Amino acid sequence: MMKTEIAQFALSLIISPFLFGVVNRTKAIFAGRRGAPFLQLYYDIFKLLKKSAVYSTTTTPVFIAAPIISLGAVIVALSLVPFAGYRSLVSFENDLILFIYMLALSRFFIVIAALDTGSSFEGMGASREVQFAVFAEPALFLSLVALARAAGQMSVSDIFSRSAFSLWSSYGPMVFLVLGAFFIVFLAENSRIPVDDPNTHLELTMIHEVMVLDHGGIDLAYTLYAAAIKFWLLGSLLIGVFFGPQTFGWGIDCVIFVVSMVVLACIVGIVESTFARLRLLKVPHFLIVALALSVVAVILTLR
Amino acid sequence: MGHWLDFIGVTVLLMNLMALSSSRIKSCVRIVAAQGALIGCIPVIKYFPCVAPVTVIFPLTNIILKGVVFPWLLLRALRAANIRKEVEPIGGYPFSLLMGVAIFVLSYWVISRVSGPGQPASVLNAAVSFATFFTGAYIIVSRMKAITQVIGYLMLENGIYLFGLVYLKEQSLLVEMSILLDIFVAVFVMGIAIFHISREFDHIDTEKLSQLKDIMATGQDL
Repeated sequence: MMKTEIAQFALSLIISPFLFGVVNRTKAIFAGRRGAPFLQLYYDIFKLLKKSAVYSTTTTPVFIAAPIISLGAVIVALSLVPFAGYRSLVSFENDLILFIYMLALSRFFIVIAALDTGSSFEGMGASREVQFAVFAEPALFLSLVALARAAGQMSVSDIFSRSAFSLWSSYGPMVFLVLGAFFIVFLAENSRIPVDDPNTHLELTMIHEVMVLDHGGIDLAYTLYAAAIKFWLLGSLLIGVFFGPQTFGWGIDCVIFVVSMVVLACIVGIVESTFARLRLLKVPHFLIVALALSVVAVILTLR
Repeated sequence: MGHWLDFIGVTVLLMNLMALSSSRIKSCVRIVAAQGALIGCIPVIKYFPCVAPVTVIFPLTNIILKGVVFPWLLLRALRAANIRKEVEPIGGYPFSLLMGVAIFVLSYWVISRVSGPGQPASVLNAAVSFATFFTGAYIIVSRMKAITQVIGYLMLENGIYLFGLVYLKEQSLLVEMSILLDIFVAVFVMGIAIFHISREFDHIDTEKLSQLKDIMATGQDL
């Protein structure tokens, strides 16, 4: 029984960087370019893993520890989310809270490492990241709480593996609101286009990219991998709402799940190619929409 | 069927929030028009198999008035007054949006406390009707342009109408028709009034309008 869960976990660890390749390829097709190979992020990560990092004299051990802690926190969070409607690797009552805190811990260490460099440029990025997290985090938490209330389960794995699909019939409007909130949070947390632009290195527009600017070599590999896992993690929450308990058998379910993740990555690529980045002052407004949706979703479960 | 009513309720609520967070008056007009039309559809769905004058003519009049005539009048007034954007309200649009959510939470609490005239058909829709009512009132007090206040007034009426739909077993044709007529006249008059005000004073900003005082009445204050 445990075997499938370990296999799912390993599978999501292996596939997650692939989704970035899909996003980039979609963007390239929209721009009329040929685009980087699908496996580009794997090449980058392996190349960087072979290199050693350079540390400035102003940094402290915090800076060295941060990328690995952040990656570790994200992997712990990943072990809590179910895969294709099947139970997650680890699950216990109320692990919802741990899930949210692991994401917060990962963010905290990225931010504190950015501040640790002593560069005002990175401080600016850290400030923006935290400012937007103020809106994105409660939105994610409240959406999960809404699902948890409706499902009567307090563990991420139980919510998604047992009852997420059946909620459509009893709590249809609420699930729609949660989906909306999840999508906005998904774009914001993965620093995608309406909020942040992963391509630019202009100080006016950077949020996530600027914070990891001083990481190099193996640290950068960890950071890139953590970003890829975070993408998978939040994406699988979004997709997980559509997945019920076992339907076609394990193998086919997994294939459907991975294909829908790839479709989600394509949608992100389309959003990135067709939408403009919001002005920084407008970003809180966008995130407050997610917050409003999630609050309304929680209220809808009160009946 | 209750499921569909819930979907409509949530859509109406989202339209409230959209109207609160939008700075373009034109889109506000359209949102409120769509909201009115959507609420007008409820009796049609509710009494679907039964075809009687009350269940067909009245909702149709309602939908046409709120969904077509009012926006047409208001958009004409907008064009005549040559305005496109509302002034930034106090606290900005994100604050307005949060206020909208707070209003919904409050109305849900009120509805769960109040023992109304009988049992509501759907608690959610009852709460949404209250929220729509208060959101309209909030738009009236928080926005500066006269035309946005008319929009708030229309939203307020949408709330009252939805409230009636949720609580009453059947509509009283006479009462509803007279309310509709009142609203129609009000919007008509306001459309004309806004046009004339903007032609006289070059703006329809009510903040500035309130400064118009009679020199004799205020005396040496001026």
